[in-house]
Amino acid sequence: MTRQKRSRHRLKRTVAPYLYLSPSLVIIGLLMLLPMVTVISYSFQNSAVLRRDPSFAGLKHYQAIFADPVFWASLWHTLYFTCMSVVFHMTIGMIFALMLNSDRINPTLRNILRVLYILPWLFTAVIIAVIWRLLLEPNGVVNSILMQLGLIGSKIEWFSSPETALHAVTFANIWAGYPLFMVSLLAGLQGIPKDFYEAADIDGAKGYQKLTFITIPQLMPIIISISLLDFIWTMQVFPLIWITTGGGPIYSTEVLSTYTYKLAFSSYNLSQASASAVVILLISLGLTLFYIRYQKAR
Amino acid sequence: MTFRIKPAMLKMAAAAWLLGATSAMADTTLEFTQWWEPEVPAGSLRKIMDEFEAANPGIKVTLVSGPYAATRDQISVGAATGTLSDVVGLDGAWVNNLNAQNALADMNPMMDASKFDKAQVADIIQVDGKAVMFPVASFVYPVFVNLDLAAQAGVTKLPSTRAEFLEAAKKMTHADKNQYGWVLPLSLQSPSGVQNDMMSWVWASGQSMMADGKPALEGKPVVDMLTFVKSLNDAGTISPGIATKTEQEKVEEFVNDRVGMMIDSLAHVNLIRKRNPKLNFDLIPVPVVENYNGKRGLPYASWGIGISAGSKHQEEAWKLVQYLMSEKVNAKLVSLANAFPGNVNAKPDFVTSDKAFGKAFEIFKTGYLANEFTGLPVAEDLMSQFDVEAQKMLAGEQSPEQAAANAQKGWTAKF
Repeated sequence: MTRQKRSRHRLKRTVAPYLYLSPSLVIIGLLMLLPMVTVISYSFQNSAVLRRDPSFAGLKHYQAIFADPVFWASLWHTLYFTCMSVVFHMTIGMIFALMLNSDRINPTLRNILRVLYILPWLFTAVIIAVIWRLLLEPNGVVNSILMQLGLIGSKIEWFSSPETALHAVTFANIWAGYPLFMVSLLAGLQGIPKDFYEAADIDGAKGYQKLTFITIPQLMPIIISISLLDFIWTMQVFPLIWITTGGGPIYSTEVLSTYTYKLAFSSYNLSQASASAVVILLISLGLTLFYIRYQKAR
Repeated sequence: MTFRIKPAMLKMAAAAWLLGATSAMADTTLEFTQWWEPEVPAGSLRKIMDEFEAANPGIKVTLVSGPYAATRDQISVGAATGTLSDVVGLDGAWVNNLNAQNALADMNPMMDASKFDKAQVADIIQVDGKAVMFPVASFVYPVFVNLDLAAQAGVTKLPSTRAEFLEAAKKMTHADKNQYGWVLPLSLQSPSGVQNDMMSWVWASGQSMMADGKPALEGKPVVDMLTFVKSLNDAGTISPGIATKTEQEKVEEFVNDRVGMMIDSLAHVNLIRKRNPKLNFDLIPVPVVENYNGKRGLPYASWGIGISAGSKHQEEAWKLVQYLMSEKVNAKLVSLANAFPGNVNAKPDFVTSDKAFGKAFEIFKTGYLANEFTGLPVAEDLMSQFDVEAQKMLAGEQSPEQAAANAQKGWTAKF
């Protein structure tokens, strides 16, 4: 083989993988990179989208949103909403997964529970929001039951009171999101070798010791991966909050997604909305990098 | 079998192609973006367009229809990118932004050139001296009263002043039975409750939330209105869940006998009847302040119409606008929508065939259309800011005066 032929062959071998990847790269470029770059560029423009000749604004829009107390309240609400959701998704998911994996429960009952526990996953965010609005409205079922049980003396406006709204909307999100953990952990539980538990039995380990020294360490890779993903996804939840409270009452359930939406479609301030969206992007990016590093380390 | 193309066939085909091509070149096609088509019986808006095309040979109309929110977004983007349709359906809340983008044509020169009778239209929305929108159809907001609940509560005379309204609301309220006198939707998801259910009290008494084109929220009219709403809330007459209640929920509560009175769009009459055919209700104008005898402002939402500043067919577009604003066509269109006409001479057929609409039409004729949010910059944002301050007031965090002052501060920044 001549040198020319060899170099052509090498070139082909180098280029071929990129050719195979090119359709995906084009799609990623058009559907992800281009919108992202566009939004970032909008955040540095005055009257982005609304003017055909927008001027350069520098960091003005970032300064404006950082000076807005509602932005900081939204950030705090987002963190509360996300952290509480992830912790409870994990806890409830773990409890239900252990229940469904247990031999002590009758198989028929276990199958029924499996269907019941997975139900929230089958509903869209809009349906979940409507269900919880109906259940938690002042004249709704929840207040009625609590009053009959004597747990509350008067009707609570769960979504309409600034004191309870954020907790109520977080509760609805917890209900909607635990099945992801449950299914993932159940798969993980079924993959733990039984020998571990038999050895623990021989050593005289108790139930909680088996849980803390075998089950949880074995599930830890799944717990960390799913928690990180859940954290990223929950941070961006929009329809549930928008439909249940619209970010109110006052600003008590305003999160970064509703704050950004209002800037864009209520104030038509698309430049500031873009700056806010870039902040969300940076937070999500930080978590994603953390997730990738964790996956690589494994 | 062989197929031979005869010269005569070729000639015919060429003639047909030529005819088609020339007529296509001669025709002007107008694009008309609106959200109205899905809200009227199927095919009815297209039929009106077909009649327009028949009356104006050489002009074709393409309808671009979608739901309200999608149309709003489409128009915003179209204005920014210079791709706005020739004729556009408008909400009064959008026109200021669109005008700031120079997206809407001034219809004053078109009116002058065609000697258009301005007296025949109910309103012409002007921004910076430019006539940018006509309300084609108006959906007024009277007070709906559940007559059975009123009778049970001993309310024999329907309220015409604020004090009478408060008394009636108190009488109709029985919290133990989940029954309340009034309903106030202040959800931030759609803050139109500020316009329809709060400011309507100001406009009904011939008052204003503005002074010299600037917000005047600290003035007596708005502070009095806030004080009145607070008094209704303090008396426990407002159905709970105010801060997250939406307009749909408001209507549902009225339909289900849970509230005695609500301010709502006349467009919902048929919906209410459908949801509860047994509901016995009447319509009254929004009550006024004591001793007010002037004309009552009627809050309204409208289907507005305007012409794109970038349209290459403004002459033809104006013909379409004129056509839709003409007496007969306007009457036909508003009859389909159960709305009140943009042409003051038009009389929709439902006002004679339906008692409730007939009464509302009388209210409409004796009052005047009032919606000061029309033409304001970022109207929805202004409503949202006022909404938050009103919520704080109803939560006991501030007085009506403080709510008005805080809202004024926010609004002034937007102006």
